[in-house]
Amino acid sequence: MAAAADEHQPSETPPLLLVHRLPRFKLSFFPFLQTEYTVLDPLADPPDPSFPDLSKSARIMLCVGPTPVGSDELDRYPAVECVVGSSAGLNHIDLAACRRRGVRVTSAGDAFSDDVADYAVGLAIDVLRRVSAADRFVRAGSWPVQKEYLLGSKVSGKRVGIVGLGSIGSRVAKRFEAFGCTIAYNSRSMKSHVSYTYYANVVDLASNTDILIVCCALTNETYHVINNDVMTALGKTGIIVNVGRGALIDEKELVEFLVRGELGGAGLDVFEHEPHVPKELLTLDSVVLSPHKAVFTPESFAALEKVVLGNIQAFFSNEPLLTEI
Amino acid sequence: MVGVAKLVVMDPKGRLVSGGSSAKTGIMQKSIKESTKMLATLVRRAKSQPPITLTCNLLHISQLISTHPLHHNFSTTTRAPPPSAAAKMEAVGVLMMCPMNNYLEQELDKRFKLFRYWTQPKQREFLAQHAEAIRAVVGNATAGASAEVIDALPKLEIVSSFSVGLDKIDLIKCKEKGIRVTNTPDVLTEDVADLAIGLMLAVLRRICECDKYVRSGAWKFGDFKLTTKFSGKRVGIIGLGRIGLAIAKRAEAFDCPISYYSRSEKPNTNYKYYGNLIELASNCDILVVACALTPETTHIVNREVIDALGPKGVLINIGRGPHVDEPELVSALVEGRLGGAGLDVFEKEPEVPEQLFGLDNVVLLPHVGSGTIETRKAMADLVLGNLEAHFANKPLLTPVV
Repeated sequence: MAAAADEHQPSETPPLLLVHRLPRFKLSFFPFLQTEYTVLDPLADPPDPSFPDLSKSARIMLCVGPTPVGSDELDRYPAVECVVGSSAGLNHIDLAACRRRGVRVTSAGDAFSDDVADYAVGLAIDVLRRVSAADRFVRAGSWPVQKEYLLGSKVSGKRVGIVGLGSIGSRVAKRFEAFGCTIAYNSRSMKSHVSYTYYANVVDLASNTDILIVCCALTNETYHVINNDVMTALGKTGIIVNVGRGALIDEKELVEFLVRGELGGAGLDVFEHEPHVPKELLTLDSVVLSPHKAVFTPESFAALEKVVLGNIQAFFSNEPLLTEI
Repeated sequence: MVGVAKLVVMDPKGRLVSGGSSAKTGIMQKSIKESTKMLATLVRRAKSQPPITLTCNLLHISQLISTHPLHHNFSTTTRAPPPSAAAKMEAVGVLMMCPMNNYLEQELDKRFKLFRYWTQPKQREFLAQHAEAIRAVVGNATAGASAEVIDALPKLEIVSSFSVGLDKIDLIKCKEKGIRVTNTPDVLTEDVADLAIGLMLAVLRRICECDKYVRSGAWKFGDFKLTTKFSGKRVGIIGLGRIGLAIAKRAEAFDCPISYYSRSEKPNTNYKYYGNLIELASNCDILVVACALTPETTHIVNREVIDALGPKGVLINIGRGPHVDEPELVSALVEGRLGGAGLDVFEKEPEVPEQLFGLDNVVLLPHVGSGTIETRKAMADLVLGNLEAHFANKPLLTPVV
């Protein structure tokens, strides 16, 4: 550490923690930080006068939510050795740039996985059984007038196809198995420890699926992995649930398929250009729309806090990081 | 087996032959015992005559012959039930109580003489006018066979319900009068259980509210209202029958601990039993009503149970509206004494208390528990199958009485 930094930081001062956040994320997300660490916040208002100097010596960065971390940010904070991620996905972090600089990255681990898996199942049931649409029907006072509501489609026993059998995907599989559903999946590689049917490409998976759950990471390879061919293979009676990232699906195509009735329905928690949602979807009863909230439970955030804190503590104790990717 | 044997005996020239009774035409209707005796007589005679053609309506008789040493003296055929059987069914009057399923209605119309109760402006007169013709009633969760209807139909033989619930049928009266009753169990178990889980997720994770929010165009960054995790929550089930068990199996996959209240403890389950509903409600986060509606279970979810469930508890009702004291439920929700509710059924369907419309912690459905294309067809086929079995004197598929 530089001599200047030593002057400002006698041994009793808590270690420096750089918080990297988009303006819409408040620091109150992680209340424990202020007591445990010297928090350096570039967005502090009024600005912290010691920030420009201190930030050059910060060894660890907490990345709040999907705040981008690329070469520019890494250059700006040259002392950073570890980026602590706090969201389920990591597509906003340039992992290659981090690797080149020897910067370690940690993820949220399993903190969100149960909640995202639950949400995926909830969206699937909602789409097939028309839960939200039927709730609207009742609240509009239409039941006494129209007597019967439209029939939905059975969930139990349907064929479930999972794109990405990771922490979230494997939990989705376990839940749907209890509904008597058959499980198949596509992943970068086959998982030898599971008995589900593996398909090497997503189109083949979709051809043999009624409910397609998208829960893989967004990378250069998986951008628009759900495209025209996949949606054609899924067909009129198939539905898609996306709890991954909006850009996993070719959204323009998706809208066309849904509007024309060539895809049975969709449950979407994520979109390509949030918070913008294609207006054609807003009037369809075959879709269920959600504002990127699959992780929004107190339990998820408590679990996240534990993982984030645990990783930071491990870093400063020179112990193995909990969820290094 | 009680049946009638129709023995038609012809000589090689196709002339009818008497079987030894006084009947002139050679066609006799006898009990099976008598027919078998007659057959023995014929066989004795057959030894000395050219082959006799024996056409027999009962499989039993043909089998007797085919194993007899002198079977080569007979040529036998089993005849399918005469076309008059289907024609006879077409004359059977079936009263459908309300619209419930187009496919079922069309098939009933094709196979029987269908009367549509809901199209009649003067229902009492209508019943009186057609009482002699109506031998079957098809009802559902909305309208079944009440004491009044049963009394008005003296020729009623069977009530076939397009539902698994039997609360709209006067079962005691049916038993007294020897009227058969069938329902549609098993085919709808999964759909109802799926919906129960769907309601739990929709209420706890506020899925419907999220959907409404996005559709309103109000989504902007910075809104971080939290919902409630479902996995791991304690699920309490009232009634561990077919549907209750299916709900338990699904909830277990979400690591939810399961407990239940039932008339008696069920063997062969690992779920925790509570002999007292208040205790169950006090020890679970989500309470599901999955039992049959009877006088004993009417308003089983009352003020005390709701209080025990509490401001963080959630009630899911996929049973019958009258299981729950609805005014108590509404005030508990409005006042925040109950955490939330997912309701597929109401006391006076299709009326739903309007105070619920403004709440974001409830999900309201128009009784769609079994409402899928696949299941409604299976239910309809069961209703049709039961009716046809009854009128063909065959065993009923899913009898209750």
